[in-house]
Amino acid sequence: MKAHYGYKDGAGSFFIIIDTDKCTCCDERGCVSACPEGVLEIITDDYDDEVAAVAEDHRKKIKYSCAPCKPDRDRPPLPCVSACASGAIMHSW
Amino acid sequence: MAEYWRWKEYRWHDAEVDWRDGELITAGVDVGSVSSQAVIMVDGELYAFSNMRTGSDSPESAKKVMDWALEGTGLTLDDIGFVVGTGYGRVNVPFSNKAITEIACHARGANFMYGPSVRTVLDMGGQDCKVIRCDERGKVSAFAMNDKCAAGTGRGMEVFADLLAISIEDVGELSLQVDEEPPPVSCTCVVFAKSEATALLREGWPKSQVLAAYCSAMAHRVVTLLEQVGIEKEFAITGGIAKNIGVVSRLEDEIGIKALRSKIDAQIAGGLGGALFAQSLLKKKLSAN
Ligand code: SF4
Ligand code: SF4
Repeated sequence: MKAHYGYKDGAGSFFIIIDTDKCTCCDERGCVSACPEGVLEIITDDYDDEVAAVAEDHRKKIKYSCAPCKPDRDRPPLPCVSACASGAIMHSW
Repeated sequence: MAEYWRWKEYRWHDAEVDWRDGELITAGVDVGSVSSQAVIMVDGELYAFSNMRTGSDSPESAKKVMDWALEGTGLTLDDIGFVVGTGYGRVNVPFSNKAITEIACHARGANFMYGPSVRTVLDMGGQDCKVIRCDERGKVSAFAMNDKCAAGTGRGMEVFADLLAISIEDVGELSLQVDEEPPPVSCTCVVFAKSEATALLREGWPKSQVLAAYCSAMAHRVVTLLEQVGIEKEFAITGGIAKNIGVVSRLEDEIGIKALRSKIDAQIAGGLGGALFAQSLLKKKLSAN
């Protein structure tokens, strides 16, 4: 499942997209520990799979939650994306 | 004072069916931020439903809407083998056996209502919008939701109905009574759109034209969410706004795809999906015993 968490507003499109099919065979769950802001968590989805998700309290302010990882210039690789060996995480901005 | 936003609450049950002949009686209770629905199925067929406004207390609203669906059927809560709670208040349905998100429930409900060819479901609810992609079994393959503001939602439409003193049920039709489509209101944020609409009324715009401009802005706003996930045919709309022809027809024009129609009330899709999940879970439970 491609879960799009976030929103579009006048300033742009701010979504974290997680391909949760890739989470079902992931033992490391590296994304959760790599995120310094506690944005990501593991949930049991509606089909009883344990998958990564953006925590409820970050969904409406994701642009600001992720801001520390996204400086305007010389942006380093995002910790969550680097920690996910399966390439399950994408950011729209 | 007239309450133009107040939509009619209703219930229905199939008087031709005797639930005592059924084996699997299940229910889905969708407690949304604005409205709640309870749906009862007997052996996978729609048997009864109710639709009412959600009160300030979610458990109480769940109980009320369920009691209303049961009314006049002779059924009691004890006769129902499995109940799924869904919607924003899904964890506050005191008598549910399991909570499942409205995303999964709307996909499953739409699959029942519109058939297995549905691939994209747009749920336009009371306070949020969701775009859901699903497979031929109604299993979710992708989703996105906008719950950041009330634009493009039932609540936003209620605010407009009150502002213009037009019954909420007439808003869609009236918005189509314009000779020429006006430009959409520039801001879909309900608070700003309301002041923009007030200014247009002062300028002498007829109410139909103001509504056309708002419906058109709402349609455009959800199209951007649809584009985030991608639209695949067949396309269906669920939730209360599916009944607003002013938004639906403008949306169809913008994406160039006609939404499927169903004889079943689009507002009960979430509860219906819940009842269908409940049926599968009840079967599983019975076969495990
Ligand atoms: S590391 Fe990647 S695959 Fe593993 S749980 Fe996180 S997002 Fe899913
Ligand atoms: S960009 Fe940073 S804050 Fe945002 S989810 Fe990734 S690791 Fe967490």
